[in-house]
Amino acid sequence: MATHDEVYQGIRSGFALPRPQSTTGFWSWVTTVDHKRIGIMYFVTSIFFFLVGGIEALFIRAQLFAPNLNLISADRFNQLFTMHGTTMVFLAVMPLSAAFFNYLLPLMLGARDVAFPRLNAFSYWMYLFGGIFINLGWFVEAVPAVGWFGYANLTSTTYTPGLATDYWALGLQILGIGTLVSGFNFIVTILNMRAPGMTLMKMPVFAWTTLVTSFLIIFSFPSVTVGLLLLTFDRLFGANFFEVAANADVVLWQHLFWIFGHPEVYILILPAMGIVSEILPTFARKPLFGYSVMVFSTMLIGFMGFMVWSHHMFTVGLGPVVNSIFSLATMAIAIPTGVKIFNWISTLWGGSIRFRTPLLFALGFIFMFMIGGLSGVMHSSAPSNAQQQDTYFVVAHFHYVLIGGAIFALFAGIYYWFPKVTGRLMNETLGKLNFILMFIGFNVTFFPMHFLGLMGMPRRIYTYGPELGLTFWNQVSTVGAFILAVGVAVFLVNLAVSLRRGEIAAADPWDARTLEWMTSNPPPVYNFAEIPVVSARDEFWARKYEGVAARESAAAHENSGERGIHLPGNSYFPILMAAGITIFSLGLLYHAAVTFTGLAITVLSLFGWAFEGVGGTIVYPEGEAR
Amino acid sequence: MNAPNPSGGVHHVSPATYWKVGGTLAVLTALEVAVVYIDALKPFLAFLLLLIGVIKFALVAMYFMHLKFDAPIFSRFFVGGIVLAIVLAVAVLAIVQHNRAAEALLRG
Amino acid sequence: MSHVGVERTATGVPNRKLGIWLFLASECMFFGALIATYLVYQGQSLVGPYPEDLFNIPLTTVSTFVLLMSSLAMVLAVSASQRQDMRGTRIWLGVTAGMGLIFLGFQAYEYAHFIQAGLTLSVNLFGSTFYVLTGIHGTHVLIGVVWLLSLLVHTLRPLDWSRRALDIEIAGLYWHFVDVVWIVIFTVIYLLGVGG
Repeated sequence: MATHDEVYQGIRSGFALPRPQSTTGFWSWVTTVDHKRIGIMYFVTSIFFFLVGGIEALFIRAQLFAPNLNLISADRFNQLFTMHGTTMVFLAVMPLSAAFFNYLLPLMLGARDVAFPRLNAFSYWMYLFGGIFINLGWFVEAVPAVGWFGYANLTSTTYTPGLATDYWALGLQILGIGTLVSGFNFIVTILNMRAPGMTLMKMPVFAWTTLVTSFLIIFSFPSVTVGLLLLTFDRLFGANFFEVAANADVVLWQHLFWIFGHPEVYILILPAMGIVSEILPTFARKPLFGYSVMVFSTMLIGFMGFMVWSHHMFTVGLGPVVNSIFSLATMAIAIPTGVKIFNWISTLWGGSIRFRTPLLFALGFIFMFMIGGLSGVMHSSAPSNAQQQDTYFVVAHFHYVLIGGAIFALFAGIYYWFPKVTGRLMNETLGKLNFILMFIGFNVTFFPMHFLGLMGMPRRIYTYGPELGLTFWNQVSTVGAFILAVGVAVFLVNLAVSLRRGEIAAADPWDARTLEWMTSNPPPVYNFAEIPVVSARDEFWARKYEGVAARESAAAHENSGERGIHLPGNSYFPILMAAGITIFSLGLLYHAAVTFTGLAITVLSLFGWAFEGVGGTIVYPEGEAR
Repeated sequence: MNAPNPSGGVHHVSPATYWKVGGTLAVLTALEVAVVYIDALKPFLAFLLLLIGVIKFALVAMYFMHLKFDAPIFSRFFVGGIVLAIVLAVAVLAIVQHNRAAEALLRG
Repeated sequence: MSHVGVERTATGVPNRKLGIWLFLASECMFFGALIATYLVYQGQSLVGPYPEDLFNIPLTTVSTFVLLMSSLAMVLAVSASQRQDMRGTRIWLGVTAGMGLIFLGFQAYEYAHFIQAGLTLSVNLFGSTFYVLTGIHGTHVLIGVVWLLSLLVHTLRPLDWSRRALDIEIAGLYWHFVDVVWIVIFTVIYLLGVGG
């Protein structure tokens, strides 16, 4: 057992609550600042919202099973697709990626935690509260129904009176603050917390994609923050930003939204690409092909992601000059993306491949992401886009990149790193069944949507007539959706079974290459008793097979277990501040007194936060000389 | 003047330099306002105002925010943010103006 | 270099300082979007009052001057804290916060005057864009004033200078940023708004 010495007493003041001391039980999770625990909380919450979004999707598919069905009303249908999109993008895929950032990055970088542990906890609570906030509408019959990109002026009080759109706008704002904060946190973590010797070009590709993703977050979210702010001023205080009667230009919303929205697409997919880039070399037992090209294409994708937002607006009527420019820029993105696909294939080429579940999901990713990428290139041509805009063809495209791409890669990551987090392997048989069901279910659901789209079926329509000839492919698609759901159910069963009775994992179950496998499963709270000194890109592999010796360094020694490891103290303030901001937002919709209460909680928490300081304890790992 | 500077370097900037920069900023602001009231300069007004504004911005960023003396990583991020913001703002403005002109043309 | 309380980092710059610079870079996009919104709607209001009816350049010049000089006071506070000059640090922090308050006073006066002249948030596009842009900037100034006053109170406690100097430097970076945003607003919105 490690022993704890109380040191670094925080500065006490009138604002500061006594420092939480529990290390087990409910309150230890509420007040935790440990990146591994926060990662687990992100994981559990995002899987919950993934299921919520999935159930919403099943309702949508059930309603479209046959022509003129009336399982759910048109209004309810609008609410379902709005909440499905919002939930999957902001509450499922992004935070599931964040679960990986949180749990893995410090381990991959050879660090003891993220740069700002309390801010990290704050980001999580903002995510949880924002997610609850957006979904509150279900309980007060004020469910957002404006689509996930909430085009003006459908979002005006004239066309969507009531609180539904306010819940949507303020909920996204809460989520956005949390996301921005984690963006700053991860950039600083990646740049500043690397183990001695780990230069930028020796980082795992996952760290690179997280870095670029975080930059996309901090540069793209402000745009939608402003958009939502203007919308909130319109709705709550009578401003005119999107009021056509006052000569406002509703297309401004589209600019503000898509300047965020297109980088957002890469925020969703880049972490998935990073995960696949970690898994393929491990299971092919070869280094990643073209590491530096991979890094630069990631940067290029990130940069170009800011220059193509108007391709979501080809049918607005911006004119041939604007459309041509954005067409060309969009087509150009296919180049760095294509480069990545060839690199992944070349990584597999000639490797001694082991077909375990993580690799199957990663291969599924490459295949389906490629299909989604190709239909994306089809959209990039403005004239062709005019045919496809707002049809099921687009729905097929983005589900191929977001499920076939992002979700499959994230599932690959779950199977791959499950032993790291729990010390047990996931069941391989259930895993393969899970993959096969999801792969078949996914393709049966979404491939027919290409046909439906080209046959002219518009998206977001709650039903269709029998004479349109759309029935057959819709029925196929609905059947596929339920197969996909069974696949996800198998995943949940596998998760539950493996958590309790999974095979105990060896220290290095996959014969892996990177630093996170150089510590125990699960890792101790301080991650590494001795910070590793890095001299190779795949340090762990190099030490195992290439005879690279562990190096000594003064910096690592200074931070070694022998001298005691500083762990930051737990804190009540991250959750309190997040609660304050949420109460503030709720008050804007109901009563000024609530607003001021929320504001007071926020401000007091901020002072408490500042005055309590980092705090913490010094831990001496077992077996180290004291 | 060998203060422990957490950035790793030591700032060799004396308060006198700050006072000089502050004075320059005050003069530039006066100049900026004066330019607005001089009719002869009307054709170059936008250019002159933007030029003076940029100089003021740069002085504060370089001296008061220490970008001139500090680690280059800060300048890279900050300038990156500014450039991206300007490029996107100008692009949106250009698209909007372009559309308004086209609409006006259509209306005749 | 190894000071108590200053962590060793891979880039050599402290975490918090890197963090604030990233925040400011992100804020560039935030204010960029707000200013772009103002410019998109410039001259598009269907009814008055219009900017040229209301802007009082001499008055705003004075408040601009106050804010600019507060930046000078701020950098002198940072400089004093780095020399471990307690008295200078306190004085200049107080002066900076005071000038920030004066700026906010000017803004309150301006708002009161504009509202009296019929410019509200809802009356036209100018009202919406003007109040939201300058209001959000004003909120930033207010947050800065509270921040500086908190630091001022904090200097009354026993000091660990290596930490405290960094605290003040970071607050200073935020303050200067709010100042440069105003430089842009003053030039683009006020001066070009009436002159251009």
